[in-house]
Amino acid sequence: MPERNDSGAAQSARHQQTPSQTVGPFFGYALPYGGGAEVAAPWSPEAIRLHGTVTDGAGEPVPDALLEIWGADAQGRPIDARGSLHRDGHSVTGFGRAAVDRDGHYSFTTVRPGAPAPGRAPYLLVTVFARGLLHHLFTRAYFDDDPFLETVAEDRRDTLRAVRDGERSYRFDVRLQGDGETVFLDFIGDGRG
Amino acid sequence: MTDNTEQDQIVAEIGALHTTATAAAGPLPVHALRDFGPYRSSALRHPTHELVRADPEEIELVSPAFGHSDAAEESDLTIQHDGEPLGERIIVTGRVLDGEGRPVRNQLVEVWQANSAGRYVHKRDQHPAPLDPNFTGVGRTITGDDGSYRFVTIKPGPYPWKNHHNAWRPAHIHFSLFGSEFTQRLVTQMYFPSDPLFALDPIYQSIVDPDARQRLIAAYDHDVSEPEWALGYRWDIVLTGSKATWMEPEEGEHA
Repeated sequence: MPERNDSGAAQSARHQQTPSQTVGPFFGYALPYGGGAEVAAPWSPEAIRLHGTVTDGAGEPVPDALLEIWGADAQGRPIDARGSLHRDGHSVTGFGRAAVDRDGHYSFTTVRPGAPAPGRAPYLLVTVFARGLLHHLFTRAYFDDDPFLETVAEDRRDTLRAVRDGERSYRFDVRLQGDGETVFLDFIGDGRG
Repeated sequence: MTDNTEQDQIVAEIGALHTTATAAAGPLPVHALRDFGPYRSSALRHPTHELVRADPEEIELVSPAFGHSDAAEESDLTIQHDGEPLGERIIVTGRVLDGEGRPVRNQLVEVWQANSAGRYVHKRDQHPAPLDPNFTGVGRTITGDDGSYRFVTIKPGPYPWKNHHNAWRPAHIHFSLFGSEFTQRLVTQMYFPSDPLFALDPIYQSIVDPDARQRLIAAYDHDVSEPEWALGYRWDIVLTGSKATWMEPEEGEHA
């Protein structure tokens, strides 16, 4: 038997990551679900709207994108009650999913989350899937100034802000490429997110 | 004879991009490249700026809590209508694991696919193959304590698409997965062994690491097959997120 060092054995035992593939064009009858865009019931007093348009590198609306939002409750805590797809008309589930319409527009109703920690601003994690996008993209929709935004190039920072455009309504556009390209985030540290 | 000039061009572009990726310093990326020219739709839909490094906060280190009420009885795609769907009945099973091999428990697994003729129910699918009134092609389940999932379905057919002249997708099942933290979120496609279309498909080939590509192919498993009923395929899925430790690949791994 050839000698093997321990690190070699440990490496061979490690589990290799499964790669991504595009969501493709035909998810529309599969992934959206009833009430998916209503993370909080639209008639509840603290409900807000988060909406926007997804555009491509030519500035054209992307008509076949899917967005997911994931956020804390109004006190800033993650929601751990089971049943995140289930809508009972009053509970806030924290997780929402919405396909864009033919004009690339999406709209969620949710609650404005609380701040995650003192001195930090509330935000929603936004995940973008689309035909033509081979691996999803993460970004954040911030409701206030946050120290993290200071670390982002000044001329791109505003792409991470949800902009108030009406009573209890915020606009968050997603530009996949080109002028005003949205800042997309890498949580893993491999440059690919 | 079909004119495959465009297909030849796609294959040449794929080869050039693989060569460039392999020649670059450092490990080959696991995930599909977002900027992958042979997949024409990616041209205007990939970011041109580098991603910005962000430390995950508490919300990103947890996942939505799905429950069995979210996915009751939706793991058998062959019993969703009055009659039996046409095609080859199959069982697809495996485990969802993290990078340390720990099971991803109680998490949602969603699948969607074309029918045995290669046609999706989706209204924008214009492939002139028959719809099957007994097959929708959508399933959901929640992983068990050991991270396992199991679907009963029909083997999907390959289908044409408009990427280039005579473009055909290898047969695949779309999978959507959640880990124990949101940074592990994954949407991908599972393929079947020995598909002759692999080398021609720019979506499959957008993963430049040949070992990583192999990990999207299910294994035929005779222990999963059930006599007089269905053929079995096994496919394990590994999700890694911000907690995973990045490791240097072994020497020669990508040679």
